Amino acid sequence: MVTQGQRRETKISIANLRYAYGQDEVLKGINLELPANAISVLFGPAGGGKTTLLRLVNRLNDLVDGTTMTGTVRIDGQDIYAPGTDVSQLRRRVGMVFALPLPLPGTIRENVLYGPRLSGINDRAGCDEIVQRSLKRAALWDEVKDRLGDAANRLSGGQQQRLCIARSLALEPEVLLLDEPTSGLDPISTAKVEESLFALRQDYTIVIVPHSVQQAARVADYAAFFLMGELIEQGPGKQLFTAPREARTEEYVTGRFG
Amino acid sequence: MQRLGFALLTLASLLVVLPIVLVVGSILVRGMAALDWEFLTTMPLDGMKAGGILPAIVGTLWLLAGTALVCIPVGLGGAIYLAEYASDNWFTRAIRLALVNLGGIPSIVYGLFGLGLFVLFLRLGTSIAAACLTLAIMTLPVIISTSEEALRAVPVEFRTVSASLGGSRWQGIRNIVLPQALPGIITGVILGLLRAAGETAPILFTGAAFFLPRLPRSMMDPTMALPYHLYVITTQVPGMPAEIQYGTALTLLLLVLSLNVVATVIRDHFRRRRQW
Repeated sequence: MVTQGQRRETKISIANLRYAYGQDEVLKGINLELPANAISVLFGPAGGGKTTLLRLVNRLNDLVDGTTMTGTVRIDGQDIYAPGTDVSQLRRRVGMVFALPLPLPGTIRENVLYGPRLSGINDRAGCDEIVQRSLKRAALWDEVKDRLGDAANRLSGGQQQRLCIARSLALEPEVLLLDEPTSGLDPISTAKVEESLFALRQDYTIVIVPHSVQQAARVADYAAFFLMGELIEQGPGKQLFTAPREARTEEYVTGRFG
Repeated sequence: MQRLGFALLTLASLLVVLPIVLVVGSILVRGMAALDWEFLTTMPLDGMKAGGILPAIVGTLWLLAGTALVCIPVGLGGAIYLAEYASDNWFTRAIRLALVNLGGIPSIVYGLFGLGLFVLFLRLGTSIAAACLTLAIMTLPVIISTSEEALRAVPVEFRTVSASLGGSRWQGIRNIVLPQALPGIITGVILGLLRAAGETAPILFTGAAFFLPRLPRSMMDPTMALPYHLYVITTQVPGMPAEIQYGTALTLLLLVLSLNVVATVIRDHFRRRRQW
């Protein structure tokens, strides 16, 4: 359990995590504690294991064959890899948004309701409420409220990504994982997505792999710097981006490599 | 030089098309004379030398329906297993190898297999049921491999998204993957069934009747069927009027063609709704 009196509660706690695809070890003993109700940023050059780490927090990598994992991942103190864990239930608690927005076939409304319907919510009023609330939180409602029945793939890229965020929020997750959610978006859409993240941080634990150092510095309450499968440094965002302790962090943050 | 190349290529494609045009054309021209409502809706008379071909048409439809009933659920189930669940190990590799080889087996071998297994060993007798099961076994490899391909063509990200929203593997397949793969699956099913509709050898020993001027009453009846009837009236009955032969050939051709058109329409309808 989390001890009282800490400034921020720890939501996700990762200990001695090693992970390999076949012989290729991509996470080399990670120890990381991410705070609740804040935006945590996992950043670093490509190939550092950030995406893999993200996908381990909601067990999406269960779908990948030929991998080995040691160490623990805990959410609210509970080992999510413990035998008997309900993986579907876990994924409802830990939502995920991917680098490329991928609307499911069907309408905007159907996209938002995909998750809730799988967990058995079907009444009209409840659905309407979920659609409205989720789209509002993802800052998309005003743009689509008059055309919820339109095909989701007709939306612009930025709108599609916010729809994907709304789709995850529809399940009322506690944690929201975002893997380079703005990598395919223009600056205006990026700003909109980031705004919606700021609005969400009071209620959710957000973990984001940013698509640039600048974005990392903009959104981070808490930050962790990854290099070649190792966690080099972690700490409050302000400190990490202004006064890093490690030379390698400073070199990356100031743009000397990466 | 380039022109010569183009000319040769054009010639080659003409050589491919020409026989088809000639065959279809001659059947069309000579069959139209025999083809009328009466020919399609009456029983054969006078040792098949007069009257219609109704029992052969109805028999072929029964065989098609029965074959579809068996091979659609089994084929789709197999394809879903191979594409979505099975991991790559010696067992699934053996299944795939078997499927490829099954596709290359001559249809008469399927006929003999059906005779041994369904007609004699399972005591189904010479019946529509035995013929359908035999045709289904012959059709399954086509349906499984085309359906598996269609399922694999659906981007893996759709499955990941469904899983990330709390969907089980099956929920992702049923809600997202299957609807997206449907056009390809339908194409495979119809192609397989069309081949079954035109086959003579597999039903020769298992369910086809030489001359049975009544409609089948159950799946346990033997039946006349268009391709076998065509074989019979062109080779086994002396003094057969040519127009009945061509009329029968034309009927089989039209049946297969119309199924093909139906398949294309269904496929295009679903394909328009696909998105990736």
